[in-house]
Amino acid sequence: MTTTLVESAPGGLNPLRQTKPRYGEKVIRVILFAAAAVSILTTFGIVISVLIPSLEFFAEIPITEFLFTTTWTPLFANPQYGVLPLIMGTLVITLIAVLIAIPLGLGSAIYLSEYASPKARKVLKPTLEVLAGIPTVVFGFFALEFITEFVLKPIFPGIQVFNALSAGIVMGIMIIPTIASLSEDAMAAVPAGLRDGAYALGATKRQTALRVVVPAALSGIVAAFVLGISRAIGETMIVTVAAGLQPNMTLNPLEGMQTMTSYIAAAGAGDVATGSIEYKSIFAVGLLLFVITFFMNMVSIRLVRKYRQAYQ
Amino acid sequence: MTTTLDTAPDSAPVDLEGNGQPLVDKTFRWILFLCLAVGIIFLAVLLAYVTIKGWPRLTPTLWENMPSIRRPERAGAQSAITGTLWVIAFTALFALPIGFLGAVYMEEYANPASRFTRFVEINIQNLAAVPSIVYGILGLAIFARALALGQTVITAGLTLALLVLPVIIVSTREALRAVPQNIRHGSLALGATLWQTTWRQTMPAAIPGMATGTILALSRAIGEAAPLLLLGAVSFISFNPTGPFSAYTTLPIQIFNWTKESREEFQILASATIVLLLVILLAMNAVAILIRNRTQKRW
Repeated sequence: MTTTLVESAPGGLNPLRQTKPRYGEKVIRVILFAAAAVSILTTFGIVISVLIPSLEFFAEIPITEFLFTTTWTPLFANPQYGVLPLIMGTLVITLIAVLIAIPLGLGSAIYLSEYASPKARKVLKPTLEVLAGIPTVVFGFFALEFITEFVLKPIFPGIQVFNALSAGIVMGIMIIPTIASLSEDAMAAVPAGLRDGAYALGATKRQTALRVVVPAALSGIVAAFVLGISRAIGETMIVTVAAGLQPNMTLNPLEGMQTMTSYIAAAGAGDVATGSIEYKSIFAVGLLLFVITFFMNMVSIRLVRKYRQAYQ
Repeated sequence: MTTTLDTAPDSAPVDLEGNGQPLVDKTFRWILFLCLAVGIIFLAVLLAYVTIKGWPRLTPTLWENMPSIRRPERAGAQSAITGTLWVIAFTALFALPIGFLGAVYMEEYANPASRFTRFVEINIQNLAAVPSIVYGILGLAIFARALALGQTVITAGLTLALLVLPVIIVSTREALRAVPQNIRHGSLALGATLWQTTWRQTMPAAIPGMATGTILALSRAIGEAAPLLLLGAVSFISFNPTGPFSAYTTLPIQIFNWTKESREEFQILASATIVLLLVILLAMNAVAILIRNRTQKRW
């Protein structure tokens, strides 16, 4: 700061304007820009690393066979690559998770946003968020060792050791904080005037919450659901540990299933020869997973912008 | 809204919150509370279960001994603990400078209306939601194979750094945004350059927020297992890493390996290791919350 003054004084003519160009500032700007650009390089890196081996994969296995046939047996002597069983597994487990997480997450959000006293919220919200900080391998262990063993076996004696139901239940609990905290943000953004208006018309708290606040925050709430579903689809460790590694074209949640993520994990963790068709199949499934979650993330981001624009 | 008007006249006393259907309203409130309680009870049962089950093995042998396949009763997790420390050190080394500087660019330098800035913003939001196993694929294809770093500590550190980068950028930007404009204007008015202002005024004022975000990001990296499955961490490792190009394993991966073993002793060992991991993570979270509460706005 001192140097700036000393430098500009002898210039005489216009002391307010800097006389010497500051190259250091320009260099710093470039460095900062480069740091921000790393995030774009990351996306670029992801796309390149899943796309190139996938293209090689589709050169050998027609994309129609990959997407529309129902046998996934990469380890057999005569391997078949129909991804539908993996999609089926992903869908069944995600559906179970969503059936649990959406009502519980939304209910938690309404309670925290509309009912809890500030004091109670200060304790309850961080406690719920601890759930989001539990490593997913721990959830997987709990699903396999506790939920299947002590909760589901007594109810469904025929259940398999590895099953979709336990993984789906635990995954549903795992995404409650995601759905609750994003929905609560959306509800907190609803102007107090709308609530006051409803009360002025004689509405009860429940009526206000369900017919004014929730509809007003709907785009944000839907964004939270979409993001929660996207997380469920991409979750790996719970399904790898608790749902088994057997591709299974079924809707029965009491059986084991393999998902897209747990196939990638199992094949990638094993000894796969680089360049083999099995190695490339990891990337083909990865590409599919990336495309699905990318699409859902974009929908969610759009919806969040919508409610931000509406109320801020 | 129409129905609201219909039911409203029932309520006789003047009360801002209305008074109709008190029983339904009360039930509704309890249902909402139960929704919240399910998550919290689940958390409590999980913590109780792993603590009780792992209790017999929560002894110093857990961190003094190396993993063993044959003798679960004496096996420990030392190589996983040191491996976690090595990997997280490299994650922090790569992610923190890039995350902080990138956030400074986005918040202090970039033109918020420009197309490029908006593109970077959406890109970061999307990266935050990309499944972690996809980062494993990136690490496998680019760091392990294309750059030939192999299945080493440094590959894991680089991959996890990219994974947590969005978290660090978003939290740092929030911390910077919370610094009042007056401070920047005051500094600029005294003739300081933009970087002098950022480095000497804005960033020091944002340190608590940045620290909180950093801790949360690193605790996410510590618990992450999925990408490391593709990066060689599952192999049986009974030695401590010796450097950035050493083979390694980490706590979550060690838990995963033990979960796969059928003998009950290994499940007890896995529970004990889970308790160790959770204690580390909860301690980090507590520190983050403490920093946040201690330093909440003084402007």
